[in-house]
Amino acid sequence: MNGAQDLGGMMGFGPVMPEPNEPIFHGEWEKRALAITLASAALGEWNLDMGRHARETLPPGEYLTSSYYEIWTKALAKLLIARGMITPQELAEGRALVPPVATKKPRADAAAAAKALAAGSPYDRPKTAPARFAKGDVVRTKVMHPLGHTRLPRYARGKTGVVVAVHGVFAYPDTNAHGLGEQPHWCYGVSFTGREVWGPDAEPDLEIMVDCWEPYLEPTP
Amino acid sequence: MRALETVLVEKGYVDPAALDLIVETYETKIGPRNGARVIAKAWSDPAYKARLLADGTAAVAELSYGGRQGEHLKVVENTPELHNLVVCTLCSCYPWTVLGLPPVWYKSAPYRSKAVLDPRGVIGDFGVSLPASTKIRVWDSTAELRYLVLPMRPEGTEGWSEERLADCVTRDSMIGTGLARIPEVAS
Repeated sequence: MNGAQDLGGMMGFGPVMPEPNEPIFHGEWEKRALAITLASAALGEWNLDMGRHARETLPPGEYLTSSYYEIWTKALAKLLIARGMITPQELAEGRALVPPVATKKPRADAAAAAKALAAGSPYDRPKTAPARFAKGDVVRTKVMHPLGHTRLPRYARGKTGVVVAVHGVFAYPDTNAHGLGEQPHWCYGVSFTGREVWGPDAEPDLEIMVDCWEPYLEPTP
Repeated sequence: MRALETVLVEKGYVDPAALDLIVETYETKIGPRNGARVIAKAWSDPAYKARLLADGTAAVAELSYGGRQGEHLKVVENTPELHNLVVCTLCSCYPWTVLGLPPVWYKSAPYRSKAVLDPRGVIGDFGVSLPASTKIRVWDSTAELRYLVLPMRPEGTEGWSEERLADCVTRDSMIGTGLARIPEVAS
């Protein structure tokens, strides 16, 4: 969806402001936000792409004026409420009022959490069909404006580029975010020139690499 | 925030000990020092560098780094002709296993909007300027690959130990918003 998360090429935000000697967390609440976000996701009630979609469906004004951990916790509350795991009243009162619902995966204790962080969760999947494109192929990204989740940024739609890497087969965010299954597809590294993306005023020699799932791409005639 | 945590704990969805473990992991165990060791080893050992560029995930696993948000790691090399810059315009994708959690600026609208449009300007925001002849390649982390920049080794570090070299590797140099540099001696 064309939400506030799709920031590439927007203007007016001012310079990047790195913070000297930035701490890992700005206060205790950021630690808790990280921890409950990861621990809740581990219950298996939503996947990575559903989590991302919950963030990007925050109203644009709210998204752009929230810190990133605020975005995480607002999305987390939305996911928990949508699945009946907590109620708005519980959140408002800060205490449990109704029994918990069963979750797909059990609550992780410290040892299980450590194991999960160390293992990660790879998103590559078995190759069941040949790749449509090969390194060196010239491709064009689709012009599309789906209402749902996609990982093809607006600035890279309808652009011509060259396949420079065939990454393998990965779970497809556009279906996975909506409970339609992983429907794995080939994913490619595609190189675009700055001029193709931004026009003649682009930085000379700029190259932009975008990882694109196969359904985002069409062969050029 | 506290209300949300309290409800989750009271309902038994999350274990407070697991929450503490997660925080401790990213406060004390996983951070940019991991990546600095990887880069220092690549500078010192050409065979390791070749393995790192060929398969980042496997090569960093040799140093026991791996796991969440590093499942599919690709390392990209800076040269005098080419400078790499990593961004996630759509969210905050970042190679946690080697850099830890991303800094606020990496997740911010200014960086995510400008990195693909005006990368030289972004690098300038960090007080760094690149020769006009150096081409810039921006990596937008739109899928599940995570990118780590192999910065250029600073001049004057010939014969240095890996440990000493690792001190030259800043977090920003592994994102592309900075360069590796010999640390100033504390006075």
